[in-house]
Amino acid sequence: MSTPTVEKHSAALDAAEADGTQLITVTLRIRRFNPEEHPDPVWVDYQLQMDPKERVLDALNKVKWEQDGTLTYRRSCAHGICGSDAMRINGRNRLACKTLLKDVNPEKPITIEAIKGLAVLKDLIVDMDPFFQAYKDVMPFLITKGNEPTRERLQSQEDRERFDDTTKCILCAACTSSCPVFWNDGQYFGPAAIVNAHRFIFDSRDEGAEQRLEILNDRDGVWRCRTTFNCSEACPRGIEVTKAIQEVKRALVTRRF
Amino acid sequence: MATEISDTLVVPSAHAHTGQGLGTGNPADAFVVEPARTRTKRTPRRTRTNFEMLAWLFMRLSGVVLVVLILGHLLINIVLDGGVSKISFAFVAGRWASPFWQGWDLLMLWLAMLHGANGMRTVINDYAEKDSTRLWLKLLLGAATVFTVLLGTLVIFTFDPNI
Repeated sequence: MSTPTVEKHSAALDAAEADGTQLITVTLRIRRFNPEEHPDPVWVDYQLQMDPKERVLDALNKVKWEQDGTLTYRRSCAHGICGSDAMRINGRNRLACKTLLKDVNPEKPITIEAIKGLAVLKDLIVDMDPFFQAYKDVMPFLITKGNEPTRERLQSQEDRERFDDTTKCILCAACTSSCPVFWNDGQYFGPAAIVNAHRFIFDSRDEGAEQRLEILNDRDGVWRCRTTFNCSEACPRGIEVTKAIQEVKRALVTRRF
Repeated sequence: MATEISDTLVVPSAHAHTGQGLGTGNPADAFVVEPARTRTKRTPRRTRTNFEMLAWLFMRLSGVVLVVLILGHLLINIVLDGGVSKISFAFVAGRWASPFWQGWDLLMLWLAMLHGANGMRTVINDYAEKDSTRLWLKLLLGAATVFTVLLGTLVIFTFDPNI
C-alpha cells in the first residue's frame, strides 16, 4: 500500500465519521446449545449497539468478545470465501459474513441458529462429517485415462463455460442444510455434492462422468430432488443449484454430457 | 422458512448457562449429541439399476398423459351433454360398449393408480423415519394399488350391461 492510498482511505474514513455513524440497538436471538451444561437448546437474547451497515458476523464477534466468550461459531476468512459461517439467520441459510444487519430487519430480534439437518455439536457448530462424506462420495477430483500429457490439459472457452457456475461452490453447506429431503433423510447426497459432481461431469477434460452419474443414479442420488429451489435460494454464491441438479438428471436420461 | 419461537423458550443472556434441567448428574448425560447420519455398514448397498430414473420419468410422462385423460373424462362426464345428472348405469354401459372408451378408462386407471402410488412411495421415503414403518407403509400401499388396479381392470373387461 502506497502512502497516497492510505491518506485517501483515512480521508474517506473521516468523511464517514463526520456523517456520524448511527448506532442502533440490535437484539441477537441466538439458539445456544451446550450438551455439557443443558440437554436442550435455548434461545438467548443479546443486546448490542451496532452500525446497521455492519455484518451479522461483526455482531456475533462483538457478543463473543465483549459479552459472552462461551458463544461458539465457525468463521475463518470473514469475506464469503471460506464457507465456514453458514447459519440460519431469521430462518434463512446465509453466510454471517455476507449479511448486513440492515438487510435482516434489525428493528426486530435477529434469530441466529445452526444450519438444519446436521447434528449440532455446540451453539452454531454442526458436525459436517456427513456433508463432506457425501461430497467425497461423488469423487470431486479429475479422473482421466491413458498417459498424462506433457503439457497442460487445454480446454476451449465454451467448454469451460459449461460448468463455470458450479465451480463457484465454497462447500458452506447452506444449500444442503436448506433441503427438506436432506432434513428428513441424511442419506440423500444433497445439493452440494451434486453441484460438485456437476462440476466434473460437464468438464471436457474429465473422463469419470460415467462413474459419477452411476453414483448419482442410485436411490439417494439426484432422483430424490423435489425441485423445491431451497438450495438455489440459499446459495450465498448465487449458484443455480437446482438447475445444476436438473442438468445431471437430463444427462442421466439422455446419456449426453 | 421462518422460525417460530415461543416466548417461554427465550431466556435473558444472564441466565444462559444455569444448567437448569440438567439430567440426573450422570456424566454420560452430557453426551446428548445425536450421532451423525454417516454412511455405515447398515446403509443400503448400491443397486445398479435404473429404477429411480424410470420412476422419475414415468411421473413426468404419465402426468402429461393424465392431464389429457382426466380433463377429457371430466368434460365428458360432468360438463357436456346435460352435465352430471345424466350419469347412470345406462350411460356407463353405453360408454363401455365402445373399445375406445374401455381403453381410455383402462389407461386412466393404470396411469393414475401407478402415478399416485409412486407419489405416495416418495412421500413415505421422505417422511417415514423408521425402516420398519417404511416397509409396512409401502407394503400397505402396494397391496392397495394392486387391489384397485386389478379390480378396476376386471370390471372394465368383464362388464355385462345386461346384469
